[in-house]
Amino acid sequence: MRKSAIDIWVGIFVAIGLLAALFLALKVGNMNAVSFQPTYKVSARFDNIGGLKPRAPVKSAGVVVGRIANISFDDKTYQATVVMTIEQTYQFPKDSSAKILTSGLLGEQYIGLEAGGSDEMLTDGSKIAQTQSAIVLENLISQFLYNKAADSGQEKGAAK
Amino acid sequence: MMILHKALDIFASLGFFVRRNLTSLGLAARMFTAAIYRSAFLLKRPRLVIDQILFVGNHSFVIIAVSGLFVGFVLGLQGYYTLNRYGSEQALGLLVALSLTRELGPVITALLFAGRAGTSLTAEIGLMKAGEQLSAMEMMAVDPLARVIAPRLWAGIIAMPILATIFTAVGVMGGYFVGVPLIGVDSGAFWSQMQGGVDLFSDIGNGLIKSLVFGVAVTFIALYQGFEAKPTPEGVSQATTRTVVVSSLSVLALDFLLTAMMFSN
Repeated sequence: MRKSAIDIWVGIFVAIGLLAALFLALKVGNMNAVSFQPTYKVSARFDNIGGLKPRAPVKSAGVVVGRIANISFDDKTYQATVVMTIEQTYQFPKDSSAKILTSGLLGEQYIGLEAGGSDEMLTDGSKIAQTQSAIVLENLISQFLYNKAADSGQEKGAAK
Repeated sequence: MMILHKALDIFASLGFFVRRNLTSLGLAARMFTAAIYRSAFLLKRPRLVIDQILFVGNHSFVIIAVSGLFVGFVLGLQGYYTLNRYGSEQALGLLVALSLTRELGPVITALLFAGRAGTSLTAEIGLMKAGEQLSAMEMMAVDPLARVIAPRLWAGIIAMPILATIFTAVGVMGGYFVGVPLIGVDSGAFWSQMQGGVDLFSDIGNGLIKSLVFGVAVTFIALYQGFEAKPTPEGVSQATTRTVVVSSLSVLALDFLLTAMMFSN
């Protein structure tokens, strides 16, 4: 085989490889989710984060506005500190509230941001004061059982 | 006295076993560093590497692409049967893409690569050695490590990630073909679930790193077995067999280690 023919074939091989990589990046992996836009960091404290994980989305009105950067435990207040990065293009009032929600019945957990009414906006390093913890199924069930038991106890008491 | 001799024999054979393996490990490590160290001159003569890429890369392309297509078909069918029981056949795309990018793409490509390209590298080098071509090169002050081993090593390192990427991409298309037109999974759900669940860095990137590591391992094992083969027809055939066995096992072991390191958290 002539030298230039070898070059052409190897070139075609590498080009097909690059096309495959492009296909994987754009069509299989979500390249659009990897944003290189400037972000700002906001932290919030939660009593219980449930199954929240780093890199989980932060959504407002169902639209992804940021991602969770870091989750740590504060042994002074015994709360979880969640640091999230929010894209600079989205501004939220200072008194916005953060909730830990679940997508679907068994889906992944994410943080839902609800805008408040303040004129001041959240900036880099500011804290979200109003938070609502994740709903832990076990707690819910035990609460339900406790209420049931309390009700039936009252009924017995009334019957006497 | 007899018992003492027998016991000493056992210890001696154990010692020989350990020493022999350590020696070959040391020889392999020395050969690897020497080949890498002497590959700087390939920048001046890239043609040597390009010729080898044609040999190990282009010529493996068809088997890799066809295998990828059929693995994708099978994943589409089997995944559908399992997911259908839980009523979540929309996740078919995610299942196909994740299993291909994370595991099957790099591993099956490496196994096929060992069978298709690794064996021929071993046989080629082993026959060069048997025909005393390597010795002749040394006589002419041409370093066989630089002239013969290094270009093939780099060609394998370059070709393997490309082949694994092609395998994965073709496999995803195969899964799509079975899932969407044939079975009737919704096309939008297929792609959107896939895009929602596959991460560019932690899934596709790590798969690429895996295939790179496998490329180094498989190519180097093939070259080492050829280089250290007994210079007889029998020795070359044994070396070729060892290439397939050793590289397949080390690919699977490395895969376990890499998976444990990458996806443990």
